[in-house]
Amino acid sequence: MAALDEVDEAFRKAMVDPSFLAQLKDLQVNYTGRPSPITVAERFSEHAGGATILLKREDLNHTGSHKINNVLGQGLLAQRMGKKRVIAETGAGQHGVATATVAALLGLECVVYMGEEDTKRQALNVARMKLLGAEVIPVTIGSRTLKDAINEAMRDWVANVDTTHYLLGTVAGPAPFPEMVRDFHRIIGDEAREQMLTRFGKLPDAVAACVGGGSNAIGIFTAFIPDAGVRLVGLEAGGDGIETGRHASTIVGGAVGVLHGARSYIMQDEDGQTIESHSISAGLDYPSVGPEHAYLADLGRAEYRSVTDVEAMDAFKLLCETEGIIPAIETAHALAGALTLGKELGEGALILVNLSGRGDKDVETAAKWFGISL
Amino acid sequence: MSKIHEAFAKAKTENRAALIAYLPAGYPSEAGAVECIAAMVEGGVDIVEIGFPYSDPVMDGPTIQAAVDISLKNGTKSATVIETVRQVAAFGVPALVMSYWNPIERYGVTKFAADFHAAGGAGVITPDLTPEEAGEWVTATSNEDVDRVFLVALSSSDERISKVSGVTTGFVYAGAVMGVTGARTSVSDAVQGLVEKVRRHSDLPVAVGLGVSTPEQANEIAQYADGVIVGSAFVSAIERGGAAAAKELAVSLTKGLGKS
Ligand SMILES: Cc1ncc(COP(=O)(O)O)c(C=O)c1O
Repeated sequence: MAALDEVDEAFRKAMVDPSFLAQLKDLQVNYTGRPSPITVAERFSEHAGGATILLKREDLNHTGSHKINNVLGQGLLAQRMGKKRVIAETGAGQHGVATATVAALLGLECVVYMGEEDTKRQALNVARMKLLGAEVIPVTIGSRTLKDAINEAMRDWVANVDTTHYLLGTVAGPAPFPEMVRDFHRIIGDEAREQMLTRFGKLPDAVAACVGGGSNAIGIFTAFIPDAGVRLVGLEAGGDGIETGRHASTIVGGAVGVLHGARSYIMQDEDGQTIESHSISAGLDYPSVGPEHAYLADLGRAEYRSVTDVEAMDAFKLLCETEGIIPAIETAHALAGALTLGKELGEGALILVNLSGRGDKDVETAAKWFGISL
Repeated sequence: MSKIHEAFAKAKTENRAALIAYLPAGYPSEAGAVECIAAMVEGGVDIVEIGFPYSDPVMDGPTIQAAVDISLKNGTKSATVIETVRQVAAFGVPALVMSYWNPIERYGVTKFAADFHAAGGAGVITPDLTPEEAGEWVTATSNEDVDRVFLVALSSSDERISKVSGVTTGFVYAGAVMGVTGARTSVSDAVQGLVEKVRRHSDLPVAVGLGVSTPEQANEIAQYADGVIVGSAFVSAIERGGAAAAKELAVSLTKGLGKS
């Protein structure tokens, strides 16, 4: 597709252009607030079987999650390509908010597609996008979640490619998106690896991250891939449990296929129809996963596990009460995985968790879960 | 000569373009789709494209999305699609399937080509399969004498068109708009340029689709292309007036196929 070739070419040129890299670096430092710190979660670690859990604080980034890393890169790229309009899909709303933010910053028109179901679950983020000047279009076809929002964004893009860049929010979709989005997020792991060595004098025993499309996970994994001694663990959303069929654990419970132009694991029935995924967290509710995770899983370099809604919400509450940090529910899946991993690795183990986002957007869902009346 | 090429050759001897009609299997129902296609063939359709309903039809606009949604809710399965091919092939027109790639891959590429051929199918259109990824498909369809149809777009470079032509055997499908399926009021002038570009790379018939709904548009396209593809307009006609309306649309479209 000509549009993908155009993005590919612009991306490759930009990544070796010192002026682009300097512009991006400036925004990362002075707009996002990078580098994000690592916090030692001392009281939380008391529940981790003797292991110490370290938090890479992407929640402290401007807009409250890792998503800003990618949108700054692609936003600058859109500008360089002369596009006046950006479109995006969003599940939890975090990527939509991040895209609306960068569009406001760079003076671009912004349209965000969001499954109607998700606009209800994440009403606060819908309001944030509108405040930032974006148009939010609820998607009423199909399962009305993230995958359908991607479908609509792709349809918009092919019709408006002359003026529009599709600012895809995760490491899925057709090439070059998985590679490009990875490269804009790898700063998470690059920073963390450096921080580990300077502050702790060693690398972690394991790195854990939640996996929806897989962008925050690949972002923190990439720098550690050559370090054979560091275990890489991705936590997928287990919903009501893999055995119920109501989940979003694509690698653990899916099969190889093609969705949105990428060959990877997908949740599908015997006819190749995409099955609706289920998770309490809108940002993990995607029935496929970035192809690079499929590759790492097949190689055995990274392992993928499933965390249920209940396990994630328990970890969510625990982090709130032991560390004074309200995590995104997506991130809570990584925290639950880290607790289990800690028990397996035992005394003295260091586990680095990507704290991909803060939970302000999830307060309503969490309040309902824990029976707190609003 | 393949069934598809015979249909184009016949239209050519009549100094006109061929009329190619699309309808998803299982819409408005399994039997209803076959009944509508029978009416469309009576009305003058030369070649039939049977849509393989898919949960994520990213290249389709609202009309076909809605029809496909209904079809899937009706319980359409892979077996329904093959059975529809069998019944349509019996009408004596070339029956094609238009399918996104994942359902074919899930069915089994070799098995799909074999079962499709056994049902009397003539060719398969794969809008989201790129020539680079088509190796297994080329082998499977060649073994079964099933024609392959790939798409080119207004934005396609010469290099892309050459690659597409290299793996296509039935006809080259030229997309007339930048965008998804759905009726439009005008057909872009750039399409003629696209068809001419394709002809520099290929001797195969070239058919134009996406957005075509009226005899006037068909007539414009008939002057430079070998086939006119109509989809959403048939779906809308059936929604309004069932098989009778589909036949009426086919009859009216045939009036626009003549080359002047
Ligand atoms: C805080 C947070 N973490 C994780 C995700 C999941 O996305 P990915 O797997 O691409 O990191 C989201 C998605 O919205 C998110 O908001």
